[in-house]
Amino acid sequence: MLNFIARRILATVPVLAIVAVLVFLLLRLTPGDPAAILAGDAASADQIARIRISLGLDQPIIVQFGIWIGHLVTGDLGESFYYKIQVADLIAQRLEPTLSLATLTILFSVLVSVPLGVIAAWRFGGWFDRALMGFSVMGFSIPVFVLAYILIWIVSLKLGWLPVQGYKRIADGFWPYLQHLILPSITLSVIFIALIARVTRASVLESLGEDYIRTARAKGLRESQVLIRHALANAAVPIVTVIGIGIALLIGGVVVTESVYAIPGLGRLTVDAVLARDFPTIQGVILFFSLVYVGVNLLVDLSYVFLDPRIRY
Amino acid sequence: MNRNIVVAVLLAAAAGGALAQGEVLRVVPHSNLSILDPVWTTAYMSRNHGYMIYDTLFGTDGKSQIKPQMVESWTESPDHRLWTFKLRKGLAFHDGAPVTGEDVVASLGRWGKRDAMGVALMTFVERMDSPSPDSFRIFLREPCGFLLEALGKPSSNVPFIMPKRVAETDAFNQIDDYTGSGPYVFKRDEFKPGDRAVYLKNTKYKPRAEPASGTTGGKNVYVDRVEWNLALRDVQAQSNALVKGEIDIIESLAFDHYESMSKEKGVKVLKPTLGLQYMCRFNHLHAPFNRAEVRRAALAAFDQRQFLKAQVGVDELYKPCASMFTCGTPYASDVGTELQARSSMRKAQDLLKQSGYDGTPVVLMKPTDLQSIGKLPDVAGQLMRQAGFKVDLQAMDWQTLVSRRAKKDAPSAGGWNMFCTAWVAPDIWSPVNNAALDARGDKSGWFGWPDGPKLQELRSQFMRETDEAKKKKLAEAIQTEAFQLATHAPLGEYVQPVATRQNISGVIMSGLANIYWNVKKN
Repeated sequence: MLNFIARRILATVPVLAIVAVLVFLLLRLTPGDPAAILAGDAASADQIARIRISLGLDQPIIVQFGIWIGHLVTGDLGESFYYKIQVADLIAQRLEPTLSLATLTILFSVLVSVPLGVIAAWRFGGWFDRALMGFSVMGFSIPVFVLAYILIWIVSLKLGWLPVQGYKRIADGFWPYLQHLILPSITLSVIFIALIARVTRASVLESLGEDYIRTARAKGLRESQVLIRHALANAAVPIVTVIGIGIALLIGGVVVTESVYAIPGLGRLTVDAVLARDFPTIQGVILFFSLVYVGVNLLVDLSYVFLDPRIRY
Repeated sequence: MNRNIVVAVLLAAAAGGALAQGEVLRVVPHSNLSILDPVWTTAYMSRNHGYMIYDTLFGTDGKSQIKPQMVESWTESPDHRLWTFKLRKGLAFHDGAPVTGEDVVASLGRWGKRDAMGVALMTFVERMDSPSPDSFRIFLREPCGFLLEALGKPSSNVPFIMPKRVAETDAFNQIDDYTGSGPYVFKRDEFKPGDRAVYLKNTKYKPRAEPASGTTGGKNVYVDRVEWNLALRDVQAQSNALVKGEIDIIESLAFDHYESMSKEKGVKVLKPTLGLQYMCRFNHLHAPFNRAEVRRAALAAFDQRQFLKAQVGVDELYKPCASMFTCGTPYASDVGTELQARSSMRKAQDLLKQSGYDGTPVVLMKPTDLQSIGKLPDVAGQLMRQAGFKVDLQAMDWQTLVSRRAKKDAPSAGGWNMFCTAWVAPDIWSPVNNAALDARGDKSGWFGWPDGPKLQELRSQFMRETDEAKKKKLAEAIQTEAFQLATHAPLGEYVQPVATRQNISGVIMSGLANIYWNVKKN
């Protein structure tokens, strides 16, 4: 097991290296000059040229790449062109809102979707199953911003129960923190509930046809025990895989939700950085996202060992 | 513990928190604040940040007149070459140090290297010094007709006064010390880019006695803290938050929301006195717009109402204005504007035929992500097609456009022929600072690079003229020549509405900049 973990951690190095090279080159091929953006609308060509020199953008690409990689291997992601703040600090500032939103969304999604999926599989073909399938089609289809505006209109503006926008740090108090996350989490959860419920249903449905389920029932176990301890436990691997992908997606970018609810998270930071051609920030956040993807996938793989004793690394 | 006691303790804690925080003004600015050095960039957000924390020597009032701000009095020598200024008593930086003439000289020196008007001013300046802590002098090589205009200019780059140690920073590097002497103190530790910027009332600030007007007068602060919400950028979410009372001011209300918000209870919509001007800029370096006859044909086709209707849509927020200087400001006139003021498609078609236009396509850049100007290229493209132009409308994000417009290459090699933009009134209201009138060919400071020696000569005369009546005559001549040359196409003016909660009063709606002194929250 330790050997497997070590190999997987080592495997992240070439992954990150490839990502670093690709991101760096793609950014340089993208039209748009950070110096022109920084200088402002009324700046002259001469001013823009001076800024380009001060940012080191007048250097050949290979020199720029060498400087960046040199800093990167020492753990320095560089300084944002735009904000003159270390990229690592920018990511740290935006991590709490994104992590909070992702955690609450996944928690809510799992708590709702897994039981729904299990019940739908148990009552396969019945009204509940059909209703859940209908809901999941709707969940996949409705654009996030439409759902967000509907929820804001009803819950915040008409009922006045929750704030319209904003984010409060956990240090500002737990209730204000939670209050500001409920609507964004519900908005984001709908698509994940639809996805996880469908996967759970399919997976549990497959398990329910297995011999060990028939054996469990023959032993006289209660139906709930059959469903949870035998069917669900054996169906867990695909469910956990989907949840893992969900976590990575949520951390990687929930730009629309962050924009509609004014949450200063990593998704918004990425979009701002792309629009401003803030190369160090884009490079930093994409490397960070890659690391998150690799890390989450590793955790998902490790969880298989606990979920299915037949799996060994 | 008894539940009532717990509730009482929580309420007391909440009340204590509220008292400790004081009156908070929550503002949604028009954009994100990223660069904190208002002399380094011309970005309007950085300018507005500057107004919060810095003070200025002069300012511009609501009637576009220059008035003293940090300056108490000044004298001008009979030959107009020596100007002596005395600073007001009681001026102090946020760290408690007094503002001195040396701080002023250093600040003007740095600004004079960055700002277009500052650079122009410095060509007249022989030297500056500070004979005593509360005064400074400007020695000119020859009389300059816009010295006070430059020192009191209200928009980017504003000559903000910084401590000497800060102002000595290289003009091409950003400052990292935000000590000012303005009405607010910047809370650096609470600044989170893309999230929020916080300003605290400068309790030691000594406002002038005159009422606030434009960027002049008493900068009285009636709130303890101003918070700029930099995360709230979705226009629908902004309106929702204002209706719910979660924010106090939306600096830039979307035109689409103007009518609904005007009817909303608890909200009021304000209109500035001065507007912004839309314009389309021709690239004078490349065909087909390297010939004045072709540019004039396009000008004749541009009916301002078509642009304003498509882009703004709300009748009471726009008005046609053919002047190249913002209507309602001192140098605005209709002299020489006939081609634009009486635009006619028939005339445009005739002019284009006479010009010998060879069908070279016009590469027209359209920003897809900037709602405020995104429809202008569509209208321009359609009107030009009707006039007989071939138009190649190329969509791109604004930042790509900004980068591409700096290129002098031919359109086929990644260059361009035309783009459209908008300017705030003070950036174009004078022949000195209207960047679109800089006609020094490929040495021009702004993109498009018109070449007009006569126009340059008139601008040079304007800069040297000290008599106001003669300056107005020169401004008319400059405008006439600019229309002959067809430097650019003014497309009319609009005002950017501001929405506030009903309990907010005293917002200065001059249209010069977004400033937050004088604002009361009742």
